[in-house]
Amino acid sequence: MNWTWLHKFASPPHAYRIAGRLAPWFGWPAFLLIGAGLYGGLVLAPPDYQQGDAFRIVYVHAPSAWMSMFIYGTMAVAAAIGLIWRIKLAHAVAAASAPVGAWFTVAALSTGALWGQPMWGTWWVWDARLTSELILLFLYVGFIALRSSFDNRDRADRAGAVLAIVGVVNLPIIHYSVYWWNTLHQPSTLTRLGKPTMSGDMLWPLLTMLFAFMLYFGAVLMVRLRAEILARERNALWLRAEIGR
Amino acid sequence: MNRVSAAQAMALLYRRDLVLAFRHWDQVFQPLLFFAMVTTLFPLALGPELDELRSLAGGVLWVGALLAALLGLDFLFRSDQADGALEQLLLSGQPVALLAAAKGAAHWTVCGLPLVLASPFIAIALGVPFSALCAVVLSIALGTGILSAIGAIGAALTLGLRRGSMLLSLLVLPLVMPALIFGARAIDAAVLGDSARGPLLLLAAMLVLALTLAPFAIAAALRISAE
Amino acid sequence: MNDLSWIDMGGYAAFVWPCFAIVIVILIGNVLAARRLHRQARDAAIRRVDAGQGRS
Repeated sequence: MNWTWLHKFASPPHAYRIAGRLAPWFGWPAFLLIGAGLYGGLVLAPPDYQQGDAFRIVYVHAPSAWMSMFIYGTMAVAAAIGLIWRIKLAHAVAAASAPVGAWFTVAALSTGALWGQPMWGTWWVWDARLTSELILLFLYVGFIALRSSFDNRDRADRAGAVLAIVGVVNLPIIHYSVYWWNTLHQPSTLTRLGKPTMSGDMLWPLLTMLFAFMLYFGAVLMVRLRAEILARERNALWLRAEIGR
Repeated sequence: MNRVSAAQAMALLYRRDLVLAFRHWDQVFQPLLFFAMVTTLFPLALGPELDELRSLAGGVLWVGALLAALLGLDFLFRSDQADGALEQLLLSGQPVALLAAAKGAAHWTVCGLPLVLASPFIAIALGVPFSALCAVVLSIALGTGILSAIGAIGAALTLGLRRGSMLLSLLVLPLVMPALIFGARAIDAAVLGDSARGPLLLLAAMLVLALTLAPFAIAAALRISAE
Repeated sequence: MNDLSWIDMGGYAAFVWPCFAIVIVILIGNVLAARRLHRQARDAAIRRVDAGQGRS
């Protein structure tokens, strides 16, 4: 298979320009959809039979949790591509994604804790999903910390890539261990942060928010990627043209 | 010149590491002492009631062994990097993954095995009944094996970094949490009189996975760190 | 009257609103951080280009 198209796309000036053009196409729809999702979730959706209005937290909790895991997968795949095919742009994608994913994990954890309080009566519950998210946060922070310990960016890229790959292989194991551990120690109580059975008018705001968060990630990734590309680029020629000097 | 086979190289490396380690007896004993001390902390903190300690024994044993094994990981590659032996290994033409496996095995023999041998005694001190001791030994044995394998990856990645040992712990601990869950559960089940087979088998599966995949990750990390 | 009861979120207001506030702050914060990062990288690149005039 002819890979030149990939290498051409992966050339920094090309990627820089494309990312710049894509960012608003991700960003503005994300903004509108988040608005629509918030309105749908907070105003239009009826309160849940069991949890009342507290269930509305799902509209930010679930998309955040999904994004935290999706971004980790993206990061690991990008890092693997960078490691195997030695494509710097892939490493840049991984580096750019990590902080965003970490923040989504923080969002999932804090909204999860706040949701747990009225439901269980305590501020933190060692519920399977929250514990799994916490470990995911540790993985993210480890990745970011490892990368920042290296002075040489190339070594940081590759070391981080090895760690990310090890992490993503471990992730399903961690996930299932924690779920198993949780059912073991809480056999009687509801062990998952209640995902209420959803009717149609409760569901569409959730899907909207989910899609909106994905677009949002695309937008932020494009901007961070541009910053990464600029930071890594040593060749002044295309830089000069791009910045207009 | 005679070509040395990979298996011979592994055996040579394993023996060399053991000889080097046992030259410094204190380094061998330190993780063991740490294990004993950390597990002593719990009765001191929680009270001497054996019934209560027994219910926590699985967790206490595992956390103690985990932390003790983490201590020993730091030295896995450091001295080799310092005296240039690491570069020689990478340039030797032998498959680095296999050499890494040999070093990991030596590390387990020096750091992990003493913990395994000490675990039944500490378990008894925590009120664990004799019937559960077999599960204790198996659980800690499999667990320290997993820790040596995964920890070696972290040690290779953080080799030569400032404050690398703290970072090493931060990287390795999340990855071994699943082993902790099942390992502690195995001991707890045995203490309660239930069968520990399920968790032990899962632990064994994790060990096999770690032994199979970790050497490649270690080799990749060593090549990055040794530049 | 209807408006006020909606804000109350069936008594869960103290949990629901902080959740949405946290997430919105995180979303906005990430956008601002990304843009600031890009700006800083641009400035640094400009400085590098200026300093290295004549070097390719």
